[in-house]
Amino acid sequence: MARNITYREALNEALAQEMERDESVIVMGEDNAGGAGSPGAQDAWGGVLGVTKGLYHKFPGRVLDTPISESAFIGAAIGAATAGLRPVAELMFVDFMGVCFDQIYNQAAKFRYMFGGKAVTPVVIRTMYGAGLRAAAQHSQCLYPLFTHIPGLKVVLPATPYDAKGLMIQAIRDNDPVMFFEHKALYDLAGPVPEESYALPFGEANVVREGGDVTIVTLGRMVHTSLEAAGRLAADGVQCEVIDLRTTSPLDEDTVLESVEGTGRLVVVDEAHPRCSIATDISALVARKAFGALQAPIEMVTAPHTPVPFSKALEDLYIPDAQRVANAVKTVTGWTR
Amino acid sequence: MTQTAEGKALSRERLLSAYRMMRTIREFEERVHAEFATGEIPGFVHLYAGEEASAAGVCINLDDRDTIASTHRGHGHCIARGVDVGEMMAEIYGRKTGSCHGKGGSMHIADLSKGMLGANGIVGGGPPLICGAALAAKIKGTGGVGVAFFGDGGSNQGTTLESMNLASVWNLPAIFVAENNGYAETTSSTWSVASDNIADRAAGFGMPGVIVDGFDFFAVHETASEAIARARAGGGPTLIEMKFTRYYGHFEGDQQTYRADEVAHARAELDCLKRFAGLVTQTGELTRADLDAVDADVAALIDQAVEEAQAAPLPTAADLLTDVYVRY
Repeated sequence: MARNITYREALNEALAQEMERDESVIVMGEDNAGGAGSPGAQDAWGGVLGVTKGLYHKFPGRVLDTPISESAFIGAAIGAATAGLRPVAELMFVDFMGVCFDQIYNQAAKFRYMFGGKAVTPVVIRTMYGAGLRAAAQHSQCLYPLFTHIPGLKVVLPATPYDAKGLMIQAIRDNDPVMFFEHKALYDLAGPVPEESYALPFGEANVVREGGDVTIVTLGRMVHTSLEAAGRLAADGVQCEVIDLRTTSPLDEDTVLESVEGTGRLVVVDEAHPRCSIATDISALVARKAFGALQAPIEMVTAPHTPVPFSKALEDLYIPDAQRVANAVKTVTGWTR
Repeated sequence: MTQTAEGKALSRERLLSAYRMMRTIREFEERVHAEFATGEIPGFVHLYAGEEASAAGVCINLDDRDTIASTHRGHGHCIARGVDVGEMMAEIYGRKTGSCHGKGGSMHIADLSKGMLGANGIVGGGPPLICGAALAAKIKGTGGVGVAFFGDGGSNQGTTLESMNLASVWNLPAIFVAENNGYAETTSSTWSVASDNIADRAAGFGMPGVIVDGFDFFAVHETASEAIARARAGGGPTLIEMKFTRYYGHFEGDQQTYRADEVAHARAELDCLKRFAGLVTQTGELTRADLDAVDADVAALIDQAVEEAQAAPLPTAADLLTDVYVRY
């Protein structure tokens, strides 16, 4: 039965249900319990934003605090995955990938291919991404395009509490390494989530709003921004179809192409930087495979090619908003040759 | 403990097994060296010749509960862990019948069914992974250990230092084996390692650090067996530093102009196989005939491995796209 719970609670519930179901599932990361070796509580935080709160006492010995040594513990999660566990490791902010990327892209991602199909590495690396918390340049990036580029990794970005739970359960059960991106501005978002366990398949985009005039392809937090724009545009008589990709690797090409075949117009909304991004990737896909259907040039709404700024005045300009999405939609609907 | 006393502590069967392991590594590497010179072996090849006592002295203490991670100089560790020599040679030749079906090559030979988590093209890539293998053994209560081999170059990587700290913090059944062969590519470890010894760093991570003559199988065996037994019993990690030299360059084709004439001396005076043979025949535990029989077996094995590798099929276009994911 579905109740309204937050994105954070949905993730916590997914972890708890999978840990209950399968004792090979373990959780590790900086402060994932919180307080290791301290004189006070040994489960003080449950992760910096509380996603793993309560698991430490529920699953003794299976929730591990780590030193601030991302290479060592992300690598340990990967090594443990090859040795029969299903670790869920938390890379607190994806911005910290720089200190442990080798273990992810040269080790985990390549074992299966490089070892001739003999390795199975069922590791989940949870990580927080995105702007909006005034966290500045080193704690606000998206970076999922970098991981999407790497063969051997799966890349997942839930936009809702429902998807967060179902995609996390799939990620844990999946036998390939999964990068699981949680937008830091979504943790308090509430929505209906079934109590029972369920897994959502990867590579299946979600058409979150139907419409025949323009296709908006988006992901993560930008799903909500795009829906807001689509709602406003509907009042003006423009019907947008909004597609939430949910996973960028694997990518559901069919849903995107079918929609554009119907609408003839595409706006891609991506919080990442504009170059070599999901926005450019989807644009290239549609330009190559649905060229004949296009009635206007493709528009991209993205962050600018700058680091994420600190000041509210600048960060609010940096993050794509509903007005920019609406403007892009008007550009493609108003385009004439 | 003297070498003789330690030698006598090992059964005849175990001594033969150790000798066979070391001789197989040596013969494999000498043959790869010769075949590489013909131009038939593609890519980068880093030979382990000279370092055999390290792989053998450590791995002879391991069983199927245990996992090792290796380096770019990984052939010796693979052989010591029981990876099929024919499949290894085929892999080095890039053949479909290779350990990794020709998709890995010399630097990525792995066999997880043998507890061999891979040679590794990234210096310092293995130690974090071994923390994970050791963690899995600890959580599952198997009594298994993880062994990370790395070189003097790898000893300076943050991954290695972080992993030693994590292994102590989590009290993991992990062994860190620093194979100090004197050079990281061309750069002398006397220059690149700021402490006098790599083993000295163990103190900073709250674990024992032991220096061993890496040419001496018995010394390696004794040190490793103690460290492994301690790890299995929940006593935590150990750092072992092997001191020795490699007989060939960083990779095949390296002219080694940075080196003095230390290899000739090592081959003549320090060589692990010569020392082992001298000792066990002197004590009478094995005869020259025993050793000769192993040598003949091994020579035939390597001949066969090369012949089969050269005759084996290459991967086909269909293989290019397989095994990226379990399911995608």
